[in-house]
Amino acid sequence: MSRFPRVTRRRAVTAAVVLVLLAAATVWAVLPERAAWTAQDLRITVRSGPGGDEPVELDARFLLPRDRSGKVPAVLLAHGFGGTKASVSSDAESLAERGYAVLTWTARGFGKSTGEIHLDSPDYEVKDAQRLLDWLAARPEVQTDATGDPRVGVVGGSYGGALALLLAGQDQRVDAIVPSITWNDLSHAFLPQSASTDATGVFKKGWAGVFFGGSAGGDNPACGRFAADVCATYLSMATTGVPDATSLALLRRSSPATVLDKIKAPTLLIQGAVDTLFPLSEADANAKGIAAAGTPVKVAWFTGGHDGGAGPGNDQDRVKFLTVQWLDHYLQGKGSTPSGDFTFSRVAGFSALDRDLVTNGYSTKAYPGLTGTGAADLALTGSAQPIANPPNGNPAAISALPGLGSRLSSLLSGNVATDVPGQHATFDTAPLTGAIEVAGSPTVRLRAASPTGEAVLFVKLYDLDQNGSPTLSAGLVAPVRLTGLPKDIAAAQPVTVTLPAIVRQLEPGHTLQVVVATSDQGFLTPVAPTTYTVAIDGQLTLPTLVGTAIASPATLWWYALGALIVALLLGLTLLLLVRRARSRRRVTSVTAEYADTPLVVLGLRKAYDDGFVAVEEIGFTVERGQVVGLLGPNGAGKTTTLRVLMGLTKPTAGEIYVFGHRLVPGAQILSRVGALVEGPGFLPHLTGAQNLRAYWEATGRPWADARFEEALEIAGLGTSVHRRTKNYSHGMRQRLAIAQAMLGLPELLVLDEPTDGLDPPQIAEMRRVLQRYATDGRAVLVSSHLLAEVEQTCTHAVVVNKGRIVASGPVDDIVGESPSVAIEVTDVPAATEILSGLGVRSVTPDGASGLIVDMNGTPRAELVASLVRAGVGVDRVVPRRRLEDAFLALVGDNSRGSGDR
Amino acid sequence: MSTSIAVGYRPSRTLPIVAEIRRQASRRRTQLALGFMVLLPLIILAAFEFGGGSGDDDGNGGGAFSSLVDLATSGGLNFALFCLAVSAGFLLVVVFALFAGDTVASEASWGSLRYLLAIPVPRARLLAVKLIVALGYSFVALFLLAGTGLLVGTLRYGWHPLGSTIAAQIPPGQGVLRLLGILAYLAVILLVVAGLAFLLSVLTDAALGAVGGAVLLWILSSILDQITALGSIRNALPTHYSDAWMGLLSTPVQTEDLAKGAISALVYATVFWGLAFFRFTRKDVTS
Repeated sequence: MSRFPRVTRRRAVTAAVVLVLLAAATVWAVLPERAAWTAQDLRITVRSGPGGDEPVELDARFLLPRDRSGKVPAVLLAHGFGGTKASVSSDAESLAERGYAVLTWTARGFGKSTGEIHLDSPDYEVKDAQRLLDWLAARPEVQTDATGDPRVGVVGGSYGGALALLLAGQDQRVDAIVPSITWNDLSHAFLPQSASTDATGVFKKGWAGVFFGGSAGGDNPACGRFAADVCATYLSMATTGVPDATSLALLRRSSPATVLDKIKAPTLLIQGAVDTLFPLSEADANAKGIAAAGTPVKVAWFTGGHDGGAGPGNDQDRVKFLTVQWLDHYLQGKGSTPSGDFTFSRVAGFSALDRDLVTNGYSTKAYPGLTGTGAADLALTGSAQPIANPPNGNPAAISALPGLGSRLSSLLSGNVATDVPGQHATFDTAPLTGAIEVAGSPTVRLRAASPTGEAVLFVKLYDLDQNGSPTLSAGLVAPVRLTGLPKDIAAAQPVTVTLPAIVRQLEPGHTLQVVVATSDQGFLTPVAPTTYTVAIDGQLTLPTLVGTAIASPATLWWYALGALIVALLLGLTLLLLVRRARSRRRVTSVTAEYADTPLVVLGLRKAYDDGFVAVEEIGFTVERGQVVGLLGPNGAGKTTTLRVLMGLTKPTAGEIYVFGHRLVPGAQILSRVGALVEGPGFLPHLTGAQNLRAYWEATGRPWADARFEEALEIAGLGTSVHRRTKNYSHGMRQRLAIAQAMLGLPELLVLDEPTDGLDPPQIAEMRRVLQRYATDGRAVLVSSHLLAEVEQTCTHAVVVNKGRIVASGPVDDIVGESPSVAIEVTDVPAATEILSGLGVRSVTPDGASGLIVDMNGTPRAELVASLVRAGVGVDRVVPRRRLEDAFLALVGDNSRGSGDR
Repeated sequence: MSTSIAVGYRPSRTLPIVAEIRRQASRRRTQLALGFMVLLPLIILAAFEFGGGSGDDDGNGGGAFSSLVDLATSGGLNFALFCLAVSAGFLLVVVFALFAGDTVASEASWGSLRYLLAIPVPRARLLAVKLIVALGYSFVALFLLAGTGLLVGTLRYGWHPLGSTIAAQIPPGQGVLRLLGILAYLAVILLVVAGLAFLLSVLTDAALGAVGGAVLLWILSSILDQITALGSIRNALPTHYSDAWMGLLSTPVQTEDLAKGAISALVYATVFWGLAFFRFTRKDVTS
């Protein structure tokens, strides 16, 4: 007997399969994914500058798809301001995976590249990029359109995006560009002017400082790695707030606005709606300029940008998809021409899951610009109000926090924006009666008066919810510099102020508030304290745009869930139908031969999985009117036989018929069998009566058929029947279990050790009950290890040992006189000798002074006489019975039985 | 006398659902579990009442429930939501495991299972009835918890919109719908526990083993889900989407994870139940 589980073939196979699966999972998890690209870091020296003779060394990285057939188109991937080639490495890798040769490089003046920052100057950065095109054209892996003309797209964001536009304008070898979150005109971007006047804009000192401070190193501590002219421009603008002609010329030179009419490469413009540096209007100007030259342009907006970052996941996915679609078509010729539709996204709310914004994507057939496809006019109320300009712009209102990369949610929920009392005027609309879907630049007409004739103002649009809490959409403000103002507001002429474009759904019940403020932390305002008077004329005009919602992946998952449920229901129905058909077939098969016999057991064998054979071969019959005793020592296989009989265990071989029905687990014929197997089993928390009732309820048969009173009488529990069974003695439980087995007076009653735990009077009573029960054509099968019990209770007996039948037949036959006697004598050897001479069949010693003699017809009297004559004292002569013989024969072999069966 | 079955016996009528409900209802553990579902909101209410206002000294800022705690006393809906939120992670798991894990194993350990099978209740029917009733009790427990929370919360704190610190307020009518949605999702996601416990209940005769085993595996899955290094493997964990009900607190509702979670739960539960039926209809009942 091993303490460990036996190793069987099934277990070994299962264990092996599990092990292999585990190993495979581990290997799969541990093995690094083999990249679908190869990369090469290099330093490329190019000559640029106005004369094309100033060498600069660029830190570059060239990626190629690993599995490529022939030459592949190339992508020039540029990084943003302050970044290096490493900041775009993941984009480079994913483009290389899609089959492009990707060249990324650190722009001059950044990272490990040499040179100075010239702000995407056509003579420097753009020329560098042209030399990189030459370099690509010379690579054997790169597809070319002509000698020295590679098939190439230029992709980049911000600083890199402007480079893409400028390069495409300067070099016709570029085949497609995808510039994102970039500028149209640097002088507009850093000196925005939202009013319809010619006055110079307001210097965006916050962002300018972020950029200028972002370049450390170099020899000059004031300029870092900026080129001298760029540095001088910054220093002069940041000091005065007004650019001189040189500065303006420098900014203009670095602006794609100057080359838009020369761009012939199809352009996909991606711009962020949460961007106070390069707002949507920059992309709009680019789109209009390029489209005017007849070049294909597509625009997409996403909820992100220099303030908002890459945006929510679905926006990032959309932008990636559009980029790849654009490049695949215009560089590889794959896919149909991307349609001119326009996609944008709008904040839908907040997710409690990751505590961030949720956006929905929308599309329209064509790019509507910043004026939408419709307009909503809302009346503004509020009289002319005096507002103070603080000296040196301090304290200042806050609208956005440039360069902090703050979370979208805080930017859009208005947590940041604050206004300083006394420094702002408010003009409100009435609460909205319906929702308005705004996409574009709202406009208002502003009048202002100033004692100095000049005013710098900031116009912003707040969305106030029912509780009055304000939200400044994306932190965007419209800076305005007005000149030639009268001293009296009554004489002031209205100017149209175009607010930054926003994408927002205005909810019904919300109020819109136009705020005109004198200061903003992000801008340079006049130093001297002044008090202006401002008024808003009439109304607020909102451009509206209704897009078609882009299906979100959630919908697909819900469809998948629906399909899964339908599939499960179908599978379940099918299973039930199959089962029903099968069980119907099973009921009908009756073996006519045994139809009227309560129980026929044929060649039953049960071997367990671990190899233990509980029943070798057992076969017997129980006829109507019989009380059959299944007699055997503990472990003879009685209980296993009964378990099989009750359908709890499947036999290894052999069959059981109950009234001609073949017995299988759950066979319906079991409903005509009552059983007590392996002791009682009751719900401990119920009383005896409740237990019987619960049992009968589970049969689903009519209550009247239970013969409840008769059963209770047999149990003989008296008032104890109303106590919980967990407080019952062993005997009480036993009697209740017998009563339960007799509920409904089944035609075959099977009782396993029924007298276990009963006291002698109860045993006697039980005998009478069983004998009475077997009348009226019913039958009883009793198993017992007690010889006397079987002898007194049963009409027939089946003796089993070690899983085999030892004897069977009517009890009277078995119990009848046996041919053997047990004698006790004073001298065993002498007696043995004498008896052997008498012609008996066998003499077997039994203990110290006992002998068992098989008489073989010799009369007992003669035997005793012979012994006495020979002088052997006879203490005792006991005639033996057959049942006892059989029983002792088997117990004698191994008194310990053969294990627990 | 050659009728093949006893008079009145129909396999499809054995162990009626009502009988099984009654078998379980009389059990102390059923009464205790359901009673505790009623008691818990009262305990939480008492804690809020006697706990005083200065609950911030433990500095649990930014925790998963911090916003829910702040808002729990702002109205009946928020109170019910809080009761659910603190129970969803463990208590409800135990309750589901208890009802589903105990149902077959306890019959086996009492020895009454073999008498049910000898009636004979068809094995598949026995399992189906047991499963339906166990799930029924689990759902009742879930709804009792939320219902009591809503009732006592409304009585004490009033009928106010469902508030949230980060999303907009949800009006009461819609709030009830959201709450029902959360209940439905919890009921679905906890089917995994019910499935696992039920499978173990069929495999073992020890009720404690089935209940404890299911809870243990659930906790193991939660722990693995915390390990981000496992990457996309985590998506396949049964507990991965267990917090997706929070999407219903967002405005608009975030339902993608709800659908994924429901799919995952249904697949797991089906597999576990399938295995339970497969095993039970074939095994030798030896207890």
